Amino acid sequence: MNALVHLPLVLPPVVTGWLLLILFGIRGPIGSLLLAWFGVRLVFTTAGASLACAVMTFPVMVRSIRLSLESADPGLEQAARTLGAGRLDRLFNITLPLASPGILVGGIVGYATCLGEFGAVITFAANIPGQTQTLPLAIYAALQVPGGEAKAAELSLVSLTLALIGLLLSEWISKRLNAALGR
Amino acid sequence: MSLSVRLRHDFPTVRMDMAFEVPSPGVTVLFGPSGAGKSTLILAAAGLLRPHVCRIEIDGQTMVDTQTGLWLPPEKRRAGLVFQDAKLFPHMSVATNLRFGMLRAPPGTVKFDDVVSLLGIGALLDRRPNTLSGGERQRVAIGRALLAQPRLLLMDEPLASLDSARKSEIMPYLTRLKTALRLPILYVTHDLDEVTRLADSMVLIEAGRVVGFGPLAEVAARADLPLARRDDAAALLHCRVGNHDPGRELTRLDAGGSAFLVPLLDAPIGSECRIRVPAREVILAGRAPEAISLHNVIPGTVRRIAADATRRAVMVEIALPDGALLARVTPDAISRLGLAPGGPVLSLIKSTSIEVIGG
Repeated sequence: MNALVHLPLVLPPVVTGWLLLILFGIRGPIGSLLLAWFGVRLVFTTAGASLACAVMTFPVMVRSIRLSLESADPGLEQAARTLGAGRLDRLFNITLPLASPGILVGGIVGYATCLGEFGAVITFAANIPGQTQTLPLAIYAALQVPGGEAKAAELSLVSLTLALIGLLLSEWISKRLNAALGR
Repeated sequence: MSLSVRLRHDFPTVRMDMAFEVPSPGVTVLFGPSGAGKSTLILAAAGLLRPHVCRIEIDGQTMVDTQTGLWLPPEKRRAGLVFQDAKLFPHMSVATNLRFGMLRAPPGTVKFDDVVSLLGIGALLDRRPNTLSGGERQRVAIGRALLAQPRLLLMDEPLASLDSARKSEIMPYLTRLKTALRLPILYVTHDLDEVTRLADSMVLIEAGRVVGFGPLAEVAARADLPLARRDDAAALLHCRVGNHDPGRELTRLDAGGSAFLVPLLDAPIGSECRIRVPAREVILAGRAPEAISLHNVIPGTVRRIAADATRRAVMVEIALPDGALLARVTPDAISRLGLAPGGPVLSLIKSTSIEVIGG
């Protein structure tokens, strides 16, 4: 399970996209069922692009969340137990609040990474402007057209800004939350 | 009323097999070297570790008994646990920490305001745990455990992480707590000073076994127990301030059925205290010496003579009318005085060698 979650991190994105295509394509084992039962088609759609992004950024989020869960002091959970807190009680009042910086930062970094997804999206959901075109795909498309450098530069600037905002935001949030948690 | 504990647990390399019974409201100190099994016992009593066999009975009520399948998880057991490092929840204020267990326990006799004033933490209620000193944190942790209305309070070396100044800051609160609470308390420590100040009963644990248990004064005065092999081995006696003699600057303490003179104390007549008489400070004599600076010549009976091979010395246990003294002397002294169990002996103790411990 652990290996499966982390696979997209090490696998070339194109391979991940292709595997998604095999699984979720309209003739694939999962894709055909989705189409037959719900009439949902993922290939070459916005939903498909989202799925590809999700699969690609999942390991990044899992890492961040797991790190913050593992760094929590197990003694605090034990203390909560001896004070009469049951499993769910401890999860919501001790574990999750203490892991909240990691969870939020994981979400933000995951989102920022998502915006830059390229290989898996182009393989699984293609490069359809307004539907499945991510920022890097748009930049790549602009560079293919003669005289598209200006547009590519504009888009790159947008990409840079978004990445910076994401990183700064995650830094700021984790600082604020950690201060609130008394660290 | 009593607290009785029986526990057996096989670790891969060592077997813990312990059983003891001590009076119930009161502080029972678990004393012994690291790895002896004190923490195992605390964890089992809290329910955080499930031993192969465990039975705990408080005042005739069975709390857990693995043999009948009665095993409560920690959250249902109401055994308060104070850890070595306070383990306060960092994302909550002191007040929220204190109320954490209280909100999850049935209403009981321990009241919020009482605990806050008993522990002197009223000024800290709005603070965050990370802004507190080590001693303050530990006081809050004790309060939090008490407010969960425990049936049994477990303290696992609560002062071990504090420096001596913080220790002496928190000690008065612990002694107050001890008298205010009607609770059985199991208290783990390495520190003899904490033992002498707090303990009512004592359980000596070594290599997973209980080697002796009973009232503190009795256990401390047993020449055959490991405590007597320590450099600082001493007899402990409960005493009452008899009278003051300001002219001679002396105070008489009545302890163990004998009278001890110590340098003038600043305590009211009739108040209770403890004295600690170090074994190496006690001289034995066949008859009373004359023209000597000594104040205390205490008659007693030799009860036991135990060899202490590592020191080429022997430990002599001397029975008083009500209590006992320990003396560490050489084997030669024993033969010169012709001491044998059952025979009379005089213990000579300098008044300045007697350590008086308040409360």
